[in-house]
Amino acid sequence: MANTLVTTSPALATTHTLRPKTKRLYLPILIRCASLLACVVLWHLASTNKWNGIVNFENVPSPGAVCQAAAQLLVSPKFQNHLFSSIARVFAGFGCAVVLAIAIGLGVGRSRWLSNLLMPPLELLRPIPAVAWIPLAVLMFPNPEESMVYITFVGAFYPILLNTIHGVGAVDTNLIFASLTLGANRLRVFSDVIVPGALPAIVTGLSIGMGNAWFSLVTAEMVAGQFGIGYYTWESYTLQKYPNIVLGMIMIGLLGMLSSLLIKRIAWYFMPWAKLGANQ
Amino acid sequence: MKGQSGEISIRNARICFTTAHRVVEAVKDISADFSPGTFTTLLGPSGCGKSSLLGAIAGFVRLTQGQVLVDSRPVSRPDGSRGVVFQHHNLFPWKTVQGNVEFGLKMRRVRKEERRRLADEILDRVKLRGFQNSYPDQLSGGMLQRVNLARVLVNRPTVMMLDEPFGALDAQTRLQMQEMLLELWNDLKMTIVFVTHDVDEAILLSDRVLVMSRRPGRIRADFEVPLSRPRSAEQLTSADFNRQKKFCLDLLREEAHLDEMSSNGDAMSLSGLEVTVPAVEQNG
Repeated sequence: MANTLVTTSPALATTHTLRPKTKRLYLPILIRCASLLACVVLWHLASTNKWNGIVNFENVPSPGAVCQAAAQLLVSPKFQNHLFSSIARVFAGFGCAVVLAIAIGLGVGRSRWLSNLLMPPLELLRPIPAVAWIPLAVLMFPNPEESMVYITFVGAFYPILLNTIHGVGAVDTNLIFASLTLGANRLRVFSDVIVPGALPAIVTGLSIGMGNAWFSLVTAEMVAGQFGIGYYTWESYTLQKYPNIVLGMIMIGLLGMLSSLLIKRIAWYFMPWAKLGANQ
Repeated sequence: MKGQSGEISIRNARICFTTAHRVVEAVKDISADFSPGTFTTLLGPSGCGKSSLLGAIAGFVRLTQGQVLVDSRPVSRPDGSRGVVFQHHNLFPWKTVQGNVEFGLKMRRVRKEERRRLADEILDRVKLRGFQNSYPDQLSGGMLQRVNLARVLVNRPTVMMLDEPFGALDAQTRLQMQEMLLELWNDLKMTIVFVTHDVDEAILLSDRVLVMSRRPGRIRADFEVPLSRPRSAEQLTSADFNRQKKFCLDLLREEAHLDEMSSNGDAMSLSGLEVTVPAVEQNG
């Protein structure tokens, strides 16, 4: 409730960044840290005491072992290789998906003709999960690098496409009327009303797409990769380096989280008004 | 400004809408002329086609029959010279107050510094200076409608249409907005077509009131409001005002009565209404 805007007060309404009291800022952070810490403690207890229930903790490495593995990996030259090849693949696949899906989505959302032309094959391919593309992708592309990027692309493409189409359709027609009565032509309606109006939905698509991209990439790396975090995780399993499995998983989690955060930040930069709505 | 004075002429307008199941006749046999710089209100019950008629003048509702001429040119599509303010604000949520107000100027490729100057000027007039950088989400209902007015007025339209613009506001804010609108109109002198179902509002604001019937909407009465200008909310309790109001309410009552009596909604004894009009005009 601290963030509720009193719009009749000019002093408040002119400053759009509202600073909640510092007390209220610290408490949530404290709770979040405590929650994370509790998880690690629980994991430690379960793995060192080798709890045996439905889940068998006998072969699960302890947090300490994972930390040791992390320390080793951080100084090894392989680490950067794994990390950067994964990041590069995600950005290549996701980047292609962003450009294509938004362009097609805006077109299909605005034109019935384009929708009839493009949507039938896209709808047909949509239910096929990115993972199911792996065998064919390996056959289709000259080297595994490109096939992995392609699979990442497939994973990211559909959420962005569908959200863009939905966003275009959901633009308030009153805003379109308003722009017309203010003298906008068709092109201006598109660039100044449809695109910004669809932007929040597109951003939703981007964050779902980014999650899917990592998901697809890791699977692809496990099957076809030579470097990358997915490959590292699977390799650790085959080499029976159990702490490294968990380390790989944690890295996947962290990278996914950071890239979602990145998207959110970029989105807020382009849509300060949307952040405002979220605050209220 | 020659040839661009804001004269509106509606000739035999008929507007039909096709829904999934049937054709609805919103407006029928409407002919009316609006002189440049006058303030005319379309008064009538909900769903009498007032808004459709407004849409036809603006250019986003197509006439089934007849013609709308503005400055002797037929209206074919919306443009910035005919501004519209709707009941529910339709400001762009992604633009600041400044960005919203500058929109029409941007469409006309007005240069940036010039846009800024014109927007500042109009925001001053609607008393929103200091709110340029706020987003619509941060403003109250009255402020939103003021931005809406500013966004239309910055284009210096020759015709301004307002569709129940103050209907969603509380009584006090509504009075302030009405007075502000009168001031702006007095300074800028565009032709105003105002839609409302509020008799007080119609009389307080207008030079002339057109009373419309239920669907299909037709003009059932057309009278001038003889109250002197400038007007203010204080006049709402004056004897002159109340005489006008009684006259208007009687018309509406008779209209409702006619509606009940005639099953097909045809003009029965319209002449009876029209005859009473000049008598009252002389009173004022």
